[in-house]
Order: sequence, then structure tokens, then C-alpha cells
Amino acid sequence: MTAKIEARNLVKIYGENTAKALELFNRGCSRSEIIQETGLTVGVAGVNFEIAQGEVFVIIGLSGSGKSTLLRCINGLLMPTSGSLLVDGNAVEKLNDEELRKLHGEKISMVFQHFALLPNRTITDNVAFGLELRGTPFEERRQRAQEALIKVGLEEWKDKFPSELSGGMKQRVGLARALVMDSDILLMDEPFSALDALIRAEMQEELISLQQEIKKTVVFVTHDLDEALRLGDRIAIMRDGAIEQIGTADEILSNPANEYVEKFLQGIDVSKILDANSISKWPREVIRKTESVSIALHRMKKADMDYLFVLGARNKLVGMILREDVLKLAKDRQTSIKDIIKETNTVQSNTIMRDVYHELRIAEKDLAVVDDKGRFLGVITHSVLLMTLDERKGGDGIAES
Amino acid sequence: MPSLELPKLPLGDAIEWLVRWLIKNLDAIFDFFRDVLDAITGAFSSGLLWVHPVFLIVIFGLLIWLITNKLTAILSTVGLVLVWNMGLWPQLVNTLVLVVVAVVIALFIGIPSGILMTRSRKFEAFMRPVLDFMQTMPPFVYLIPAVMLFGIGVVPGLFATVIFAIPPPVRLTYLGITQVPEDTKEMAIAFGANDWQVLTKVELPLSLPSIMAGVNQCIMLGISMVVIASMIGAGGLGEVVMRAVGRLDLALGFESGLAIVILAMVLDRVSRNIGSGKQTPLSRIIGWYKQRRKKKEFEHAA
Repeated sequence: MTAKIEARNLVKIYGENTAKALELFNRGCSRSEIIQETGLTVGVAGVNFEIAQGEVFVIIGLSGSGKSTLLRCINGLLMPTSGSLLVDGNAVEKLNDEELRKLHGEKISMVFQHFALLPNRTITDNVAFGLELRGTPFEERRQRAQEALIKVGLEEWKDKFPSELSGGMKQRVGLARALVMDSDILLMDEPFSALDALIRAEMQEELISLQQEIKKTVVFVTHDLDEALRLGDRIAIMRDGAIEQIGTADEILSNPANEYVEKFLQGIDVSKILDANSISKWPREVIRKTESVSIALHRMKKADMDYLFVLGARNKLVGMILREDVLKLAKDRQTSIKDIIKETNTVQSNTIMRDVYHELRIAEKDLAVVDDKGRFLGVITHSVLLMTLDERKGGDGIAES
Repeated sequence: MPSLELPKLPLGDAIEWLVRWLIKNLDAIFDFFRDVLDAITGAFSSGLLWVHPVFLIVIFGLLIWLITNKLTAILSTVGLVLVWNMGLWPQLVNTLVLVVVAVVIALFIGIPSGILMTRSRKFEAFMRPVLDFMQTMPPFVYLIPAVMLFGIGVVPGLFATVIFAIPPPVRLTYLGITQVPEDTKEMAIAFGANDWQVLTKVELPLSLPSIMAGVNQCIMLGISMVVIASMIGAGGLGEVVMRAVGRLDLALGFESGLAIVILAMVLDRVSRNIGSGKQTPLSRIIGWYKQRRKKKEFEHAA
């Protein structure tokens, strides 16, 4: 079976008069040498890969590593300087304008980091934008836009304008706009990195479940290793325009191809191991000091939790409430949760792992992580800690730190 | 003092020669333009003057109410009544027609030029000094070639006004389009837009506030130039101002000046409101109509 997307010795050099830079590149000069010599930047430096139909392919790298450039070569927003990029066996760089527009309109859709919604259009009209460009009749495109909005859970917002939506909702619109095109390939350029941690995790989950249903070929660019490990069937790690390693999450974690990859994984991993903040997770639900008993009950039931952390202004941790106390209040028909807030075990965000382990052992419930101003950052549960230990192969990392 | 040892460059003579050459060889074309523009402005002016002022003021008031709000409409109507009361109504209408025609021509040339500047670096490099020239050259200077090309009357006034009023719409169209976020344009292309669609569906709608600011500035400059243009017989309120200055007639000078201020304020408020996205009676009517249509569709579907 042929690959859905294939890159062959793909090189992208920015700027005009790239011939000299290309020649230097072919002679094996490094990126910095080429900049010095010609003033041109090598965005993608000789990349090869194949992406199969229905695969989620994650490209990860630090900023400036060329991952967004590579993504834009796939749909011809950028044209390769040399080499070839094939979609369904057709070279993108050989298409004329008309064919390229057809590729955009029918085969490849894209989701953008900063959403790129049109502020003058309603949500429905934003989602229908691609169909409108394609010339789909008004009724049909509105129908399909609404179906796509249902898929991402925004059907209530269809007549609103982008300025009325939160960041997470805006990106759902971006996603719906791509889905409505019904194209085989979805390019996602750091789609969740502009969102806060909680929403990001939620969106990742949604994308995973959505992907099981739609089974598109997804090329996903990110700089977040967690995100890459969670989403990618295969992951490509990029550095200075070149791919250092391609493989499944397991392959890369257990068998890093070279020192850079190892460091890349560690660099993120080690900082994770070192302090409490990095292994904490935002709980499924929290509650505000001012919210009522019935809301507390509802959240506990929904999230299947027997306690909730209580937050005050600016996410300051106030304490926790236990399920049995809330039930008691509910029976007495009380509404305020203020009287049952209990103290909770906390650790500072920069606490090292060994101490976190100790704290967690003596804690009654899960451990809340706070910063130096007492703001709630997340929770460390027993299972999370165990998982972290397991990832580090028996906790030798802890002994060292 | 003679300027060093160098002979003086005959710049002024060159321009004069150019204009004389134009007159000699393209006289027919200029005559044609003059006749057409004369006819248009003449028809508009006499058409508007044929209607009774009271009726016209009421119509204007209603139109202003539709695209702005109640307060602006009332104040504008009061202002227009005052002008009529001062006996300057025919002059006001003449000036209005002159400004409107000049602005329409200026926008017709200016907005496409602004768009073209965003598309071609060379054109942009060419236009920048030209715009600087047009904006900083004292406006009186335009009157000389205007008279030479078109003679005395409304049309040379129009010509000078158009040149004076073109730069803002060009610059602000250019500015507005270049400020459209790059990723939004990229998005349009990634979803299959051609150049025309990128322009009409993304760039122009998103730069509309900037373009409308250009329109507003165009109108304001147009009004200020119309007074100067009356020196070459463009007529209207400017002519009254000139007469008052000539006779040192303070009363007449104040009244005619006030009439210009009133006209300027009305046009400013109206043009500022168009495309600003503010709620106006007109937008409410359109909204109501859309709502009704949607409801009908809904019933139809159910």
C-alpha cells in the first residue's frame, strides 16, 4: 500500500536565490554556516518520512526546529526548495495553482494555533467558510456546518461571533471548520498550545475519541512531549530542520536513537521528576468557595470523587470538602458549603520528589500542590505517583535526586 | 545670490511644459471630462435644489437617523435648518454635491490603489513619494494646473479636491490590509481560496474599519479643499466665504463659516458610523428582517 503522505529528501530554504544555499546544504554545510554564508535560513533540512492512511503522526521539536515549516510543505502553503512531498502519490510541488486550490479545498484541511477565525462572521459562517469557497450551496453548507458543530459540542453557539467564545471553544470552531470539509488529511499546527492546561487536556481527549470515529490521517505539530506521547501513533522528533528519530512512543522512550533524543526526552522528564508541580494533574472537578451544596454534589457524582478541593479568589486553595459532609448538609437543606471546609495536606510546587512521596504517605486524601502564594496548581494522587515511578524504571531517578 | 556655480535646474519650467503639452495634445479628453463632470454635478445640484428645503432636510434627517442614532439625527436636522435660515441653503447643496462627487471619485481611485500597493512592492515604492507629494504640496498650487486644464468652474475645483483628498483612503486601505493577521490569510488559502476570495472574503472585511476611517478623512479633506477651490469658481459655501473675506464682512464670514462647520460635522458623524459595527436603526431593521426569515425557514422545516 502506498503512503498517504510521503516526504523524500525534503528541503525548504527561506528567502530568494536559494540556489547557493542549497548547494552549500548539499555539500553538507550546517544550518549556521549557511546562514552566515548566504543569510538564508534552512527551515527543513532533508527530511524523509511516510505517513499511512488513518495514522496520527506527531511532529515535535523546540521552536525553530522547522516543524511548522514541514507542516506547511504538506499542503503547499510553502513550496519545497528541493526534494518532493507526495500526497496520495502526487507531488504537491508540481501542482499548478488550480490543482493546489483543489487539494486545499478537498483533500487537506488545517487547524491553526491561534484559531484564525474571521471576527466578522458568525460561528456557523466561520465553519462553513471552506465550503463557501468551494461553492457549496447556502442551505447545504449551513446544514453541514451545523452537523460539524454538533460533533464538537458547540451547536448552541452557532449564531454567536468568535469574540463571544473562550479560547477552547474557538479552537473547537477551528476543528469543526476543518472537519466540515470532509477531507482525508487534517493538519494541526500546535492547535492546543494557546489553551490553558485544563482545556488542553480536555481537547486532547476529545481529539482522541473523535479520531476513533472519523479515522483521518492527522499530522499534528506540537512542542509538548506529553501531548505527543498521548496523541501520536508515531512521533517524529525534529531538530534544526532535520528529523532525529521517528517511531512509536514506546520505541522512542525505550530506545532513543541518539543523545539528542535522549536529552530531549529527559529534559522534559527530569524536570518532571524533580518537583511536585510537574507530576500534578488538575483534578477532574474543583469547587469555588461561593458555590452551593447542590453543585458540589453534582460535581462529585459526575467526576466520581468523594472529595473536592475548594478554591477562592485567584485559585487560592481554601481547603477541601468531603462527600459525607456534603450529604449531611444536603439533608439539612443547607446551601452554603463554607462550614464544612476542612484543611488539606499541601505541598509547595517546588518540593522535590522524595519529600512529595513522604507527604503523600501521611496525607489523608490526595495531595494538593500550591505555589508560594497559596494558589492551587493541581493534585498528586497515589496512582499518579506510582505511574511516575514506574516510568522511571524503579525510581532510580528519585534516589539520585 | 546665485546658487553656487551650477545652472538652475528648470524643474518648474518642465512641469509647465508638461501641462501645456497636455493641453495642446489632449485637450479633447479634458474637455470631455469637464463636460461629463459638469453635467453630473449640475444635474445633482439642480435636482436637489428643485426639492423644497424643508422636505429635503426631513429626508436627510431620516437618512441620518437610519445610519446613526436619534441624537445625531436631531442635531443634524437643527443644524441644517439653521443653514437654511441663514439663507445659505443653495450654497450648501452645491458644496455638498461637490464634496460627494469628489469623494466618490477619490475613493474609486484611492481604494483600488491601496489594494494594489499591498500586492506589488514596486507600486508601493512608487506610491509612497507620490502620496507625500500630494499631501504636503500646498493645495493652492493644484489650482493652477486645474485651471489650465479645465478652465474656470466646478470641474477644476473637483480636480483639485480629488487630488487633495485621495491620500487618506489609499494609505488607510493599505494599512488596513497589511494589518490583517497573517494566519488568517494563510487560513483562507489553506481552505482553497483564490486571490480574489482572499481579498473579498478576508482582507476587505477585516480591514473595513480602517478603510472607513480613510473614507471619513477623505470627506473631511474634501470639505476643507472645497473652500479653497471656490477661488477658481467652484461655487458653493466657499464662494460666500471668499466674498466675506474680500469685503471684510464679519457677519457673512461667520455665517458661511458656520455653515461649513455644520456640513462637516454632519458628514463626519455619518461617515464615521458606517462600517463601525455600531447598532443603528438600519442594522436593527436588517437584523429583525433576518430573524424573521430564519423563523420562517424554521417553520417551513418543521
